Amino acid sequence: MRVLVCVKRVPAPGAKINITDDGQAVDATNLGHTMSPHEECALELAVQLIEAHGGESHVLTLGTAEADEQCRWAASIGIGKATLVEVDSMDWDPQRTSRALTESVRAIEAADGAFDVIIFGNESADTGGYQVGIRTARALGRPMVNAIKGVEVSEDGATLEARRETDNGFEVYRLPIPCAIGVKEGITWPRYPTMRGRLASKKLAVDSVSSDAAPGGQAKIRLNRPEEKVSETIVLGEGPEAAARAVELLKELGLWSEGVAS
Amino acid sequence: MSEQEVPTTAKVVIIGAGIVGNCLAGHLARLGWTDMVLLDKGPLPNPGGSTGHASNFIFPVDHNKEMALLGVQSANQYRDVERSVDSGGIEVARTQERMDELQRRMTSAKAWGVEAELLTPAQVKELVPFIEEDVILGGFHCPSVSVVDSLDTGTLFRNEAIEKTGMKVFANTEVLDVETTDEPGTGLKQVAAVVTDKGRIEAEYVVVACGVWSNRIANMAGATIPLVPAVHQMADVGPIDILAETNNEIGYPIVRDMDTFCYERQSSGSMEVGSYAHRPILHHPDEIPSNDEAALSPTEMPFTPDDFDQQMEEAIELMDMLGDAEIKYAINGLLSLTPDAMPCLGETTEVRNLWSAAAVWVKEGPGMAQVVAEWMTFGYPRVIDAHGADIARFYDQERPDEHIWARAEEHFNKTYGIVHPAEQWATRRNLQTSPLFERQEALDAFFFQARTWERPQWYGANADLAERYGIEEREVEWDNRWWSPITVGEHLNMRENCGIVDLSAFQIFQLSGPGAVEFADYLSVNKIGPVGRATYTPWLTPDGGFHSDLTMQRVAEDTVNVVTGVFDGGRDLAWIKKYMPRDGSVTVADKTLDFSTLGLWGPNAPAVLAKLTDADLSFEGSPYGSIVKVQIDCGGEQIDAALFRISYVGDSGWEIYVDWGDAPKLWDALMEAGADLGIRATGGGVYGTSGRIEKGYRLQGAELESEYNPLEAGLARPKVKSADFIGKEAYLAARDAGEPEVLMCTMTVDDLTDSQGRQRWMQGGNEPLCDMDGNTIMDSHQRVSRVTTAGYGPSIGKMILMGYLPREMAEAGTALQVMYMNEYFPVTVVGTDGPFDPTDSRLKG
Amino acid sequence: MAEASLEAFAFAGGVASQLGIAVEALLIGADAASLADECAAHGAATVHHVVDAAITDYGPDAHGAAVAAAAGALSPSALVASGSDRGNEVLAYAAAELDLPFVANCLEVKTADDWEMTRVQWGGSLNEDARLTSSLPILSVAPHGVETAEPVAGATATVQPLDVALPESVTATMIQDRIVLSEGVTLATAPVVVGGGRGVGSAEGFEVLEALAAKLGGVVGCSRAVTNNGWRPHSDQVGQTGTRIAPQLYIACGISGAIQHWVGAKAAKKILAINTDPAANMVVKADYAIIGDLFDVVPAITES
Repeated sequence: MRVLVCVKRVPAPGAKINITDDGQAVDATNLGHTMSPHEECALELAVQLIEAHGGESHVLTLGTAEADEQCRWAASIGIGKATLVEVDSMDWDPQRTSRALTESVRAIEAADGAFDVIIFGNESADTGGYQVGIRTARALGRPMVNAIKGVEVSEDGATLEARRETDNGFEVYRLPIPCAIGVKEGITWPRYPTMRGRLASKKLAVDSVSSDAAPGGQAKIRLNRPEEKVSETIVLGEGPEAAARAVELLKELGLWSEGVAS
Repeated sequence: MSEQEVPTTAKVVIIGAGIVGNCLAGHLARLGWTDMVLLDKGPLPNPGGSTGHASNFIFPVDHNKEMALLGVQSANQYRDVERSVDSGGIEVARTQERMDELQRRMTSAKAWGVEAELLTPAQVKELVPFIEEDVILGGFHCPSVSVVDSLDTGTLFRNEAIEKTGMKVFANTEVLDVETTDEPGTGLKQVAAVVTDKGRIEAEYVVVACGVWSNRIANMAGATIPLVPAVHQMADVGPIDILAETNNEIGYPIVRDMDTFCYERQSSGSMEVGSYAHRPILHHPDEIPSNDEAALSPTEMPFTPDDFDQQMEEAIELMDMLGDAEIKYAINGLLSLTPDAMPCLGETTEVRNLWSAAAVWVKEGPGMAQVVAEWMTFGYPRVIDAHGADIARFYDQERPDEHIWARAEEHFNKTYGIVHPAEQWATRRNLQTSPLFERQEALDAFFFQARTWERPQWYGANADLAERYGIEEREVEWDNRWWSPITVGEHLNMRENCGIVDLSAFQIFQLSGPGAVEFADYLSVNKIGPVGRATYTPWLTPDGGFHSDLTMQRVAEDTVNVVTGVFDGGRDLAWIKKYMPRDGSVTVADKTLDFSTLGLWGPNAPAVLAKLTDADLSFEGSPYGSIVKVQIDCGGEQIDAALFRISYVGDSGWEIYVDWGDAPKLWDALMEAGADLGIRATGGGVYGTSGRIEKGYRLQGAELESEYNPLEAGLARPKVKSADFIGKEAYLAARDAGEPEVLMCTMTVDDLTDSQGRQRWMQGGNEPLCDMDGNTIMDSHQRVSRVTTAGYGPSIGKMILMGYLPREMAEAGTALQVMYMNEYFPVTVVGTDGPFDPTDSRLKG
Repeated sequence: MAEASLEAFAFAGGVASQLGIAVEALLIGADAASLADECAAHGAATVHHVVDAAITDYGPDAHGAAVAAAAGALSPSALVASGSDRGNEVLAYAAAELDLPFVANCLEVKTADDWEMTRVQWGGSLNEDARLTSSLPILSVAPHGVETAEPVAGATATVQPLDVALPESVTATMIQDRIVLSEGVTLATAPVVVGGGRGVGSAEGFEVLEALAAKLGGVVGCSRAVTNNGWRPHSDQVGQTGTRIAPQLYIACGISGAIQHWVGAKAAKKILAINTDPAANMVVKADYAIIGDLFDVVPAITES
């Protein structure tokens, strides 16, 4: 089985995200970088699929040269190969990104063989465009479903059963392989790199390629930080005596029903 | 939330609720302080400073006395609140050099009374079964190494202060400004108020316990706390079954892999691998994100894995199982580094009542907090003399970021390094040179830096003297490091002929005004003499221990020059400003760069000087302790000079004070006049050690510390002056108490041969003095007998040691032992004076 | 109709009024026809209904292709859908089919030659002003980002069937099955979450929280410190790297409120913190607080 995972390098901010003075980017001066938790789970899924079915895993990213770090992270947990579509800025719009990824996947497949499964994160952690995976999959002629939190490959290797969480359970899709999925955090519990894995990842040869994909129609003007609500804490009291006030609050919120046995 | 309002006034505002601020609040409460406020810009109990990500272990052995004793003190305070587990710890060696260092660790362990043993690799493996014993040569095992809960301990101390004093605590409260007013009389500022985002608090005292942010907060008041936030990388790897099976936070001893500058510390089912091996990574406080901006906490900066790869490889070498453990959490944790690797404690020198409790790590937090609390309460710490941590030690040139950063970068990788007691800095040299610097360079001087000052330790041009006296290099490289046989040659030449010593680094503070003499007397134990006299005197702390020893020169009716050593100048100037009258009757001026001082000593010194002046150089014309103004003929030019008849080396001669600009002329004239009388430029090795120690002269910071009083130091005079002075009451009480329990003694080492047949030379690094059974010697105040200075006495041909001994051992001839590099060497007590020229015949000509 | 769809109607209404045109609705699938009047009540003058043999259930490719085909047939001025998993997915498919841009999770829009919109980034932590150059703006609406309108009583719509003739290939992504879990509420959907932190002290300590959660029909969550200590499974972790919760009430017990945790908990409508330390971050940031030991306070509430 051949599995491709597409990831995106993003800053790892805290609760308050600062914006550069020109409003064009997150101020990442003192931030580390990572990928979205969805994509970390996607990498883990790829590693597990290869562990279960054999084959080769590959990570693909579009980003600046620094995105090499995310390729090595992938390698450190067991991804076998890496391709970086190297661009000057992280501001490529979703259409352009998808066009570049599509070209790149075709090139990799031409060289190494077709991928059975292509895994995306449900959406990127930063821009959250919700479309690069679907656009790419469609351009490659692979069926794709997003928001997947469980997968299983059929015994004959022809079908990928993919589950999407709903309020009360799961929807089940059965995608003919080759296919693509967008996964959500929780589909796997991603492993951390081992020390040996980290050291081995330094030897990975990241294949850096360029792209002249045409821009799409969406462009960023600037970023803003929305106003945060500030709440005053109302102290209901001290110790168990405050329980009565808490119950009043629960009643106010409609969360207290007298009949329920405790 | 509807929390309590920030009060408009408080006696004390403590900024910072990490381990230091919390413990400080608790200690102040224990000492009776009330009306306190504790602030932190972060949330509680973990406001996001260095305490929150500390690895929380304490190795109690350090070669430095302050760090060692406050480490033990802190460990005990953690034990007192039951937030401590004695995990034990092992420092392992991969090299022979490190094995030697472990012998030195054993020696320091002995000095501070810490149980320790050396282990073979197999013995290490018995305690740490997952270690690859082939990689190591041995280990230094210390069973009392402890793991503490610093967050919880901080909370307990804070709660104690709340319960005892009603201290008000405000988390998530940011300090925006620290306001000051002008202090009358001193030219300093005094603290007035702390402005926060929740309101303004007028405060009598403000304590900065802000860890990595301390300098930024101090700067708000116009003060400096010279420290820089620096990265210490740490990775938590796991889960690891053998660790998880202990069902404990820590079940195996902590391993310090000393030669790779890393440690492996179990934390439940994982191992924390910490490093002091990576490149120094420093940050400006403004680069530290806020609690809201930080991905983890402000001081858990993003991990930079490239800096850690080598450490991982080495960790796997030592513990193979770590290779397959997952890196669950890894940070570039911030901690505080200072220019000299010591903390910043005490009142800032720029702003009255603005105190610093900073650059303190978890391992010494509670003890250091106690030091500051006592300092604020009693005028000086009681638990230990903290002169090495005193923030006043820094000169202005040591306070800018440029200096802090350069030094922090230099010493970061020495955190687990093997640091020689005489180790010199490589960076930031020549910050302050004497007017004779070019001449000294021409004589191939080997410079030691004393804080900012470059001072020749010996002169390469004098290599012939070593040859003349047949002095050889020392056998073991460690003993020979930062030492030269030339220094012995210079010593013997001075005793035979004469030597000229550059003392330009003397710090000279001029007290003047109608109240100057009265104030000078208030500082000093001994009475300030008449015009033309200099007084050697201790300055005492309010508790009657040594703050300083120095000379007070009455140079005019209402002018006294305080002359002190370069290591203590900053502390002494701060002490002057702390106590000087606020009514304007005294002014103080730093005259250090106005004067240069040359020491001229040796049997030929009078003859040399006589060639250049008509002044009466006899003991009648220039009695001991007198200051005589003369003119000296320097190549035909008459220059004004003051001759101060004194000696710190045991030979006749003078300190000659001239204008800074005249020093080169005087130097040249003396060298020319002394050419046929054997004059040689003579370095600090003679002045500071060999000459001094042969006479048993005491040195501030070595023999003289606040834990000892003049009676014990042998510096008490028969009578006590009637005028009041700082520490008088305590001093009188000590005199009334009868004979002192311990006495400062000199000793000679009878045989320097070690078990391998090599000659070894003690370095004066707190080597323990022991009885003939090998027991350390401790008095009723838990003060250990240890070597305060060690040095070879060329004129008596023996290694000389100084140290405090119980009175009954202070008798000449008492046989003792000194431990050096974990071996005992036989020692004989000389007495309370030095072994050379006991009748002072040479001083008298 | 789902809340998210109402938001889409409200947003589309705004777009339409800027353009001086009417809102039209597109319903996909045979059983969707029943929603026609509801569409009318939320401002749809016309309702188009796609029925196709290929559409046997929900399928992103099929629905996306249907939307694309409808766009071709009806020549709308803009396409708007909710920013739900499905809404974004369908519009992404449609946009891919049409080779047009798609702007997800918008809050506001200014129509002009080039449209400008404010959309959410970073899960709502930042907003982006974006410019759109497109012959057909395709937009989804940020969940909880737009006020919904009250339905107009008695409104009815004419339903116009729309034939789209989807290719067989779209069925590859059709739902094939559904699994209903009997488990009930989850961390992500529970109306009440009772969270425990380091202050709970042990796995056993969570029993008092379980009791309160059971009483309130909620579930138990925890902080990272708890999962790190192995007291609860990772699936219970609320936080940046765990689940982001949005209950009616979050009861945070013995949780100091590290940012890691706060990010996952802050979408709760109300937060009640129970903590011994009045200065704890969680207490400061909460709407309500009880100062005290959780082992005293929590059972007292449960037993009330």
